[in-house]
Amino acid sequence: MSRQRTNEIARWLITAVAFLVILPIFLVIAYIFYNGIGALSWEFLTQPPRQGMTQGGIAPAILGTIFLTLGTAVAAIPLGIGAAIYLAEYAGDNRLTRAIRLAIVNLAGIPSIVYGLFGLGMFVLFLDYGTSILAGSLTLGLMTLPVVISTAEEAILAVPREFRVVSLSLGATRWQTIRHQVLPHALPGIITGVILGLGRAAGETAPILFTVAAFYLPDLPRSIFDQTMALPYHLYVISTQVPGMPLSLQYGTALVLMLIVLSMTVVATIIRTAMRRRREW
Amino acid sequence: MNLDDNEERPSLREMAGQAVRLARATKWDEFVIENGIRLAGMSAIVIIALIFFFLLREGSPAFLDIPLRQLGGSRWYPIEALWGLLPLLYGSILVTVGATVIAVPLGLTTAVYLGEFAPTWQRELFKPLIELLAGIPSIVLGFLGWVTLAPLVMRLGAPTGLTAFTGSLLLAYMSLPTIISITEDALYAVPREYRDGALALGATQWQMVWRVVLPAARSGIVIAVMLGIGRAIGETMAVMMVTGNAANIPELGLGVFFEPVRTMTATIAAEMGEVAQGSMHYHVLFGVGIVLFLITFAINSLATRLVGGGVRRRSGGML
Repeated sequence: MSRQRTNEIARWLITAVAFLVILPIFLVIAYIFYNGIGALSWEFLTQPPRQGMTQGGIAPAILGTIFLTLGTAVAAIPLGIGAAIYLAEYAGDNRLTRAIRLAIVNLAGIPSIVYGLFGLGMFVLFLDYGTSILAGSLTLGLMTLPVVISTAEEAILAVPREFRVVSLSLGATRWQTIRHQVLPHALPGIITGVILGLGRAAGETAPILFTVAAFYLPDLPRSIFDQTMALPYHLYVISTQVPGMPLSLQYGTALVLMLIVLSMTVVATIIRTAMRRRREW
Repeated sequence: MNLDDNEERPSLREMAGQAVRLARATKWDEFVIENGIRLAGMSAIVIIALIFFFLLREGSPAFLDIPLRQLGGSRWYPIEALWGLLPLLYGSILVTVGATVIAVPLGLTTAVYLGEFAPTWQRELFKPLIELLAGIPSIVLGFLGWVTLAPLVMRLGAPTGLTAFTGSLLLAYMSLPTIISITEDALYAVPREYRDGALALGATQWQMVWRVVLPAARSGIVIAVMLGIGRAIGETMAVMMVTGNAANIPELGLGVFFEPVRTMTATIAAEMGEVAQGSMHYHVLFGVGIVLFLITFAINSLATRLVGGGVRRRSGGML
C-alpha cells in the first residue's frame, strides 16, 4: 500500500471518528430540548410543585439555584481574583509559588462529592451553619475557585508587558499599575472565567447534597441560614426517588437546568470572542 | 521669581505637604491591598489543607477503630457492620478503566482531527461545541443515561441496563472534553518547524502526525489521559444513576462489565444522607472520601510534575 493511500485512509478514519464524537453533542442537546420543551409553561416556571411533585412547577428549585449561584459568586470572586493577581503580578519563581500552583491543580481535581463531605464537616457541622444556603454557597465557592483563579490569571498575563513598563516608568506604584492599567484590560477575560465557573457550580449536585439541598420545600428561603431546593438535586429526586413521575416533567426540569447552565457558557464564549476581536494590541 | 508670592496657586510648602499626605495615604492603602492579595494567593494551599484536615477529622475513626483486615474485606454491608472497601474500590476502578479504554482513543483522534486536519470553519464551530459538552451538568447526562442509555444496554442482552458498562460509556463521554482540549493544547505547542521539516522531507500529513507531532506532544498527551482518568474516577451523580449500585465483586471475565457495580463516589452520595452523624457508618463514608482524595491528589500531582513544574509564562508579570 502506498503511503499516499495510507494517508488517505488515515485521514478518512480520523475524520469519521471525530464526527462520531462531536455529532452526538448536538443530539444530546437536541434530544433534551425536543422532549422537554412540551413541559415548559408559565405555570411550570413560576409555581411550586404540587401533588407529591407530580404536578405544578419548579419555581422554588429555579430560585434556589439562582440564590446558590449568587452565593457562590460572592464566595469565589474576591478570593479567586485576588489569588490570580498574586500569581500573575507578585509571585516570584520560587518554592511557594510552585506549592500554590500544585494546590490549585489539586483543588481542580478533587471530586465534587469530596467537596460535599468537606462542606458537611466544616461548614454544616464544625462552624454550625447547618444545612443552609450559606454552607452550600461556601462549598460551591471553594469548588469554583480553581476555575476562577486560572482563567483570571491567564487574562491578566495576556495584558502586554509594555503597559506595565510605561505605567511604572511614569511613577505609578505597583498597585496603581495593576488597578488602572492591568485590571481594566484583563476584565473581559476575568468575567469570562467567572461566568464559566459559576455555570459549572449552578449545575453541580454532589456538593449540595449534604450542605443545602432540600428534597421538597415549597416555601422560599428567608435567610442564608435556610435550606433551599435546587434544580440539579430536584432533577435527581424526581428522576430516581419519586415513583410515578411524568417523564415530561423530568425532561422539562432537565431542559431548564441545561438552558440556565448552557446560556452562561454561551455568554462567556461570546464575551471572549468579542474581546479577541476588539483587542487593541 | 518667588512662587510663594503667587496667590492663585498653593504655596510650594502646601503642595509638598499635600504630596507627602497623598503618598502616605497611597502607601497605607497599598499596604492593606497588597497584603490582602498575598493572603488570597496563599488561599489555595490553606483550602486544600483544610479539606484534608476535615476529612481526617471525620474519617480517621474509621481507620483507627476498624481493623485493617476488615476494611480490606470484600463485603460492604453497613447494616451488619461489614466495612469491606474492596467492592467499592473495584467498582470505581472497573468503571474508570472502561471509560478510559473508550475515551482515550476517541479523544486523541478527535484532538488530532481538530488540531491537524480540520478546516478552520469546523475548528471554530466544534471547539465551542466541545466546551458546551463540558458545560452540560453531570446530573443531566446522568438523567439521559438513565432514561435512554440503560434501556439500550439492556437490549444488548445484559440482565439489567444499569451496569458498569453503562457507567463507562457515560463517563467516557463526560471525560472527552478534558482529554480533547488538553491534547489539543499539547499538539498546538509542537513547533511549526517540526511540521514544516517533516513535510519538506516528503512525509505525508499522516506520517508527519504519527511520526513527528504525536511523539513531540507525548508528555502533554499523557497528562491529558491522566486528567481524564481523574475526572472519571471522581464523577458522582451520573455514575450513581446508571451503574446499579450493587456492592459486589463478580467473577472475573469480560462479563463483569455487564454486571451492576457500586463506586466509591456513589456510595458516599447515596448513603451519607441516611446515616446518623458520628456513627461508624458516617466515619467510614468520610474514610472513603479520604481514599478518593488521596487517589485524585496522586494523579494530579503526578500530572503536574510531568508538565515540568512551572506553567509557561507568556508575558505580564512586573518587571
